[in-house]
Amino acid sequence: MAVMTYREALNVALREEMRRDPRVFVIGEEVGLYEGAYKVTQGLLKEFGPQRVVDTPIAESGFTGVGIGAAMVGLRPVVEMMTFNFAMLALDQIVNSAAKMYYMSGGQYNIPIVIRGPGGPAHQLAAQHSQSMEVYFYHVPGLKVVRPSTPMDAKGLLKSAIRDDNPVIFIESETLYAVKGEVPDDPEFIIPLGQAVVRREGTDVTVIAYMGMMYRALEAAEELAKEGISVEIVDPRTLRPMDTETIIGSVRKTHRAVVVEAGAGFAGMGSEISASITECAFDDLDAPIERVTGENAPMPYARNLERAKTPSKEKIVDAVRRVCHAQGS
Amino acid sequence: MAQKKQALNIDADLARRLLGEMMLIRRFEEKAAEAYALGKIGGFLHLYIGEEAVGVGATSVLRPDDYAISAYRDHGHCLAKGADPRRAMAELFGRRDGLCKGKGGSMHLFDKTVNFLGGHAIVGAHLPLAAGVAFAIKYQGGDQVIVCYFGDGAVHQGEFHEAMNLSALWKLPVIWICENNRYAMGTSVERALAQPEIWRFGLTYGLPSERVDGMDVLAVREVVSRAVERARREKVPSLIEADTYRFRGHSMRDPAGAIYRTKEEVEREKQRDPIVLFRDRVLEAELLAEADVRALEKDVNDRIDDAVTFADASPEPPVEWLLTDVYKEDAEGV
Ligand SMILES: Cc1ncc(C[n+]2csc(CCOP(=O)(O)OP(=O)(O)O)c2C)c(N)n1
Ligand SMILES: [Mg+2]
Repeated sequence: MAVMTYREALNVALREEMRRDPRVFVIGEEVGLYEGAYKVTQGLLKEFGPQRVVDTPIAESGFTGVGIGAAMVGLRPVVEMMTFNFAMLALDQIVNSAAKMYYMSGGQYNIPIVIRGPGGPAHQLAAQHSQSMEVYFYHVPGLKVVRPSTPMDAKGLLKSAIRDDNPVIFIESETLYAVKGEVPDDPEFIIPLGQAVVRREGTDVTVIAYMGMMYRALEAAEELAKEGISVEIVDPRTLRPMDTETIIGSVRKTHRAVVVEAGAGFAGMGSEISASITECAFDDLDAPIERVTGENAPMPYARNLERAKTPSKEKIVDAVRRVCHAQGS
Repeated sequence: MAQKKQALNIDADLARRLLGEMMLIRRFEEKAAEAYALGKIGGFLHLYIGEEAVGVGATSVLRPDDYAISAYRDHGHCLAKGADPRRAMAELFGRRDGLCKGKGGSMHLFDKTVNFLGGHAIVGAHLPLAAGVAFAIKYQGGDQVIVCYFGDGAVHQGEFHEAMNLSALWKLPVIWICENNRYAMGTSVERALAQPEIWRFGLTYGLPSERVDGMDVLAVREVVSRAVERARREKVPSLIEADTYRFRGHSMRDPAGAIYRTKEEVEREKQRDPIVLFRDRVLEAELLAEADVRALEKDVNDRIDDAVTFADASPEPPVEWLLTDVYKEDAEGV
């Protein structure tokens, strides 16, 4: 184990996979000479050269399509979105080309590609640079969607994503790049896609949260523990395929659930998770599920408004209190 | 006569092959139209009738391990690349023996066995894919090329310009072939492009660019062959604008194409029928005799009849296939 930042963990994952498999290459804006807008690709150009660390013009649709075309004939591209907000320009390529090629071709052409970069609420980046982008992707059959919350997950899941034979949307976070944590050194350490993890064990209520919201939920759990409420936190890690088994298993134990998400709540990840809990474990519930979501507005710039837009620790604490004090059936 | 033979500069075998392939595609399309009218083919069906010389001429200078990629008007390109007409027809019929197990349909023909990379129905979107294939060829140190066919409509799109730029910037072995049939559905080139000479856009990006008579299979062959050599040996991409025309409507839902173009125009263009022109030339040059042409015709008709019979006999895909091929799970990368 080594202690490293989330950013370094991603960098190590890229390096290890590029060393392991010559078909893996990195492509995107400023990934080479500039070493990444967020320095995730630092040092890669030096180690692997310009053929495998490819700087592109500002043409998301074009270079994402290049990645997909290269994947059709045997390469394994890692496409960096400088931030995931810009993936909107490549949405057609991702949805109509990458996600459907294997199906449309009747199983002839699969697309082993990773499209990665930071997304989600950041610090005062305002409406166009600060949004939870996963919603645009996890609806699409053919895509896998990953949101890694810790340095260890960042490494283990990115390596799995690169080895996966399908298009994987891998959304990091500007606010987590500097977070430090323990990361296994073993180059064969991977975390399979589609496995949730219990971040904190508890008995009274299950809180489902990922990325920054997972850390906020941990803080909320500390506070609630003082009141005698024991919170279990499940981090899905992969949003598609979703490990509903782990989520449902936890809810069957605690009989209560709160789903937290940073993005706007309408038709969000929280809706999907609470629907599946209702479908699979309705009889186990002692209280209605609560969703704590971002407000249904674009991200404002002003610091106070920005704070109000995203779920706070207090909102999570309140929601947990409500479901725990609801009358059981 | 001897002089004319010289002028064509091809032998009888090649003449037979080029004519036969164009006739095969024509017949395939005519039979597809019939099947569509009978309700055996659904959705959108875009016929390649009138444009056969482009796909056949271009493919005739490729190696089998070269790649081709196309938009939704893809039957001709796919057949020219060597796909089995029976399996292509079965795909149009939505049957289990189709090239894509019935999951793709007319607009999404793929055939990995002949390096045909699809059938893409978002206008402009397959151009970056072609650049990516060419990128991979270069990355892997290969000497194949890719031919990318697209319509004049794709030139309206940003992705055309992104792909031209990337291919020129990175020196990718791709041959861009714009099949300019003068209309994108009902929108003429003049109504959509401020600069309507499409080949000139290539110059903007520093690509060798030229215009060719897309109704002349030998002219297409010659121009594409030069471009293929450049791509193969020097990794220089080219833009070729093939001046062509579709004789039918945009799709079967636009049978006549009569609102946005005149009958006279269509009739005039039909005088440039690439199959008739080439047939007359090879007859005149005595490369083939009338009897050869009749034999070709019979062979083509038999093969397409067989394709229709095959497609008709093929069962519908089993319902379980609805959920297969969504994800590939045998993890090649591990
Ligand atoms: C992005 C996108 N916009 C609109 C359409 C609808 N559409 C289908 S074909 C077509 C015209 C394309 O014309 P062109 O590229 O010239 O090809 P042709 O049909 O002439 O072969 C349009 C607008 C589409 N398929 N994709
Ligand atoms: Mg057109």
